[in-house]
Amino acid sequence: MSPLPSSLPDAEAQCRQLVELIRPHLHHKPALVGIFSGGAWIAERLKQLLDLSEDIGLIDVSFYRDDFAEKGLHPQVKPTLIPFDVEGRHIILVDDVLYTGRTTRAAINELFDYGRPASIELAVLADRGGRELPVAPTYCVWDVALNDGDSLVLAKQDDGRLAWRLENA
Amino acid sequence: MNIVIENGRVIDPKNGVDRSTSLFIADGKVAGLDEAPAGFTAEQTIDASGCVVCPGLIDLGARLNSIEAELAAAVAGGVTSVVVPPDADPPLDEPELADRLVHRAKEIGKARVLPLGALTLGLNGERLAELAGLKKAGCVAFSQASKPVVDTEALLRAMEYAATFDFAVWLQPQDYWLSRNGIAHEGEVASRLGLAGIPVAAETIAIATIVQLVRDTGCRVHLTRISSAAGIALVQRAQHDGLPITCDIGVHHLLLTENDIGFFNPHARFCPPLRAQNDRLALSTAAASGLAAICSDHTPVAADDKLLPFGEAKAGATGLEVLLPLTLKWAESLKLSLSAALARITSAPADVLGLTSGQLTVGAAADICIFDPEATWQLTPEALKSRGKNSPWTGYMMTGKVKATLVGGRVVYQA
Amino acid sequence: MHNPQLNKDGELTHLLSVEGLPQRILTQILDTAESFMEVSAREVKKVPLLRGKSVFNLFFENSTRTRTTFEIAAKRLSADVINLDINKSSASKGETLLDTIDNLCAMHANLFVVRHASSGAPYLIAEHLHRVGRDDIHVVNAGDGRHAHPTQGLLDMYTIRHFKKDFTQLRVAIVGDILHSRVARSDIHALTTLGVPEVRAIGPETLLPKHLDKLGVHVFHDMEAGLKDCDVIIMLRLQNERMTGALLPSAGEYFRHYGLTPQKLALARPDAIVMHPGPMNRGVEIHSAVADGSQAVILPQVTFGIAVRMAVMSIVAGN
Repeated sequence: MSPLPSSLPDAEAQCRQLVELIRPHLHHKPALVGIFSGGAWIAERLKQLLDLSEDIGLIDVSFYRDDFAEKGLHPQVKPTLIPFDVEGRHIILVDDVLYTGRTTRAAINELFDYGRPASIELAVLADRGGRELPVAPTYCVWDVALNDGDSLVLAKQDDGRLAWRLENA
Repeated sequence: MNIVIENGRVIDPKNGVDRSTSLFIADGKVAGLDEAPAGFTAEQTIDASGCVVCPGLIDLGARLNSIEAELAAAVAGGVTSVVVPPDADPPLDEPELADRLVHRAKEIGKARVLPLGALTLGLNGERLAELAGLKKAGCVAFSQASKPVVDTEALLRAMEYAATFDFAVWLQPQDYWLSRNGIAHEGEVASRLGLAGIPVAAETIAIATIVQLVRDTGCRVHLTRISSAAGIALVQRAQHDGLPITCDIGVHHLLLTENDIGFFNPHARFCPPLRAQNDRLALSTAAASGLAAICSDHTPVAADDKLLPFGEAKAGATGLEVLLPLTLKWAESLKLSLSAALARITSAPADVLGLTSGQLTVGAAADICIFDPEATWQLTPEALKSRGKNSPWTGYMMTGKVKATLVGGRVVYQA
Repeated sequence: MHNPQLNKDGELTHLLSVEGLPQRILTQILDTAESFMEVSAREVKKVPLLRGKSVFNLFFENSTRTRTTFEIAAKRLSADVINLDINKSSASKGETLLDTIDNLCAMHANLFVVRHASSGAPYLIAEHLHRVGRDDIHVVNAGDGRHAHPTQGLLDMYTIRHFKKDFTQLRVAIVGDILHSRVARSDIHALTTLGVPEVRAIGPETLLPKHLDKLGVHVFHDMEAGLKDCDVIIMLRLQNERMTGALLPSAGEYFRHYGLTPQKLALARPDAIVMHPGPMNRGVEIHSAVADGSQAVILPQVTFGIAVRMAVMSIVAGN
């Protein structure tokens, strides 16, 4: 795990790198499911660059989080949209940053309420360590260590390009 | 016992007295003002420095559910005479009940009790009670409390009968049909909160009916707890026409309005209901101009009967111990003199009752209230002697604290 | 005066009335409901949000319909649901409303859904819970007397937003017995808070509260004038009891003047929607042709109601 570089990497370039990691593994026709909102943008990119015809799924994990008792319901919940039948499908779950693993756990639980997938793989741009659950990414472009209190946020700029932003809590 | 009350500010509205001086009491009566009467030697001296010395308050409406606690509450509030509505359980419709009440009050030896006898048996508005017998047993007038007589003919006959003996009839003007389903003033707040309303017409129609019956019977009538601007205007017109009609206003109606219901506060449920701001202002003006006496309408309600949804909660608030501070608060807002304010709860009620109390004239009974007009105290259940802790003012600071109360020249309360 | 529905962070902790809630909270509820609509469209119509929590349906006034939708909503949130039908006679056996609440708190209730015949009852409960230090228990008002039915008001708004999108361009008419209607009061507050420029009340003088204009409503006694160019028509149920007590002569006369017929509906915009909180009295307030017609959205209202109630319970339970 490397420390944070002085200037943040180009997220668009990292998406292209992620695409090349996934491209050799498309034989079982996986469906892409992006976790709002960073994962959704990345999944959109992957669909374009991998030239997939199927609409991507979009998942909001607000109803499956494990911190409802402390934090309550997130004020902006978006509807989950899975436009294909999960039953028997191979699925690539896409997110921007993998951290504790809890979001992935929630997304997996939510997907299982739609049916029984054949398999789920996890694709992320950044893995910042700090896992609290036994979750590992299948495809990952960037391992990075952050300082306490910092978080890595993927944002969509005005011109539509994705870019990283460092935020301090 | 010869008592001198010295260093106090003596205010006697009836006689226009308002000065720092001494008051002399002998044989249970006011014996002198300023100078000791000839041959007077004080056996007890009360230092009233920083205090007002005035006639004991006369409360034209106080319910005495548990008589000992409430009469103790009365004198703690500076109230020396209490008019009791006849709607206890059982209603005061038999002479023996009046006898017992008066007797018990004498035994307790605190505030004087002036019972109102029931106008009709069981307050049912049908058959007359034995008015003469009740008068003999000590009733000062006759009333239906807050239960209107529905049958106009019955009311006419009752007033005719009372007029025969020159008995006064006290009535709360509330049309039965227009008020029977209502729980709040029919106005903005009730519309918004979805509370069944009692329109002002319930009061004005009843007043108009009663005024007409007074014209026809000559019966003396006292209208209790006027709640609306239109209502007070009708009373004013009737008085102007020379009819024998007096009225009173509950002290809470001078200070609170329908807005005080807030989020369905059951302590803001009153009968008659708290009305709109313009009603409150008209009542306030009427009281200030001497048109109406002020009373507490003291109604102790158990906590369980108030901790209910608004429409199920019993109406009324504790009043005996807040009559003085609330009257002072009302007067302050109008910049009324202390003497004018105190008149509303001393000489004015005495005039309604036709009594010689409520004044500090030499020879009058020594019913005296000594209070500190600047002292503040917080209204909490513990601070009240009354069993009725129900008040919309709970937790608020009150200004005006009674230091001592005398009835018939005896100290019956000392703070 | 503090708003008993909001906690000290300004978040919704009880839903007692639409009145007094800022627009952002109404919008939050509607937006969250959209997500729950999606949940209700799935095969597995459940999310684990309220798993392990107990929702007590306290209905002091009978209502199978409303209680059922709350029950479905709570179960779709994975909550345990306990139904208590407390009719007046058993309450009059001595136990006060607050004693009942205390007992249920001791049974580890997390959320009370309360319907009561007295306006203000849910406020009494919320205040009591606060006083006894149980800010972790939430109250949702399922209808109190004539005062409020906030979840119905919200689902009505959801319905309008679903079909009409923009509140700020609409003319909305509410027709019928507004005086006795908690639904109407909640609708009026919601419509004005969400920025509807023209809210109309249509009915005879005896069925309209005085001072409606103070709530921002235009009053019409002539239904044809009132319906002109309306985008949304909310029909209220006329209860049989109104025919006693000299409020109305007969259902027939009411229908002739205030019933929604196809002819009267034609005076509104051609794409106007017709709503009704249910249950409907066909031939009294609404003609069957309208109730079954293409402009009626009465059945979708019911579906939206479950999602809205899921949203409300999720939001308060988390605060």
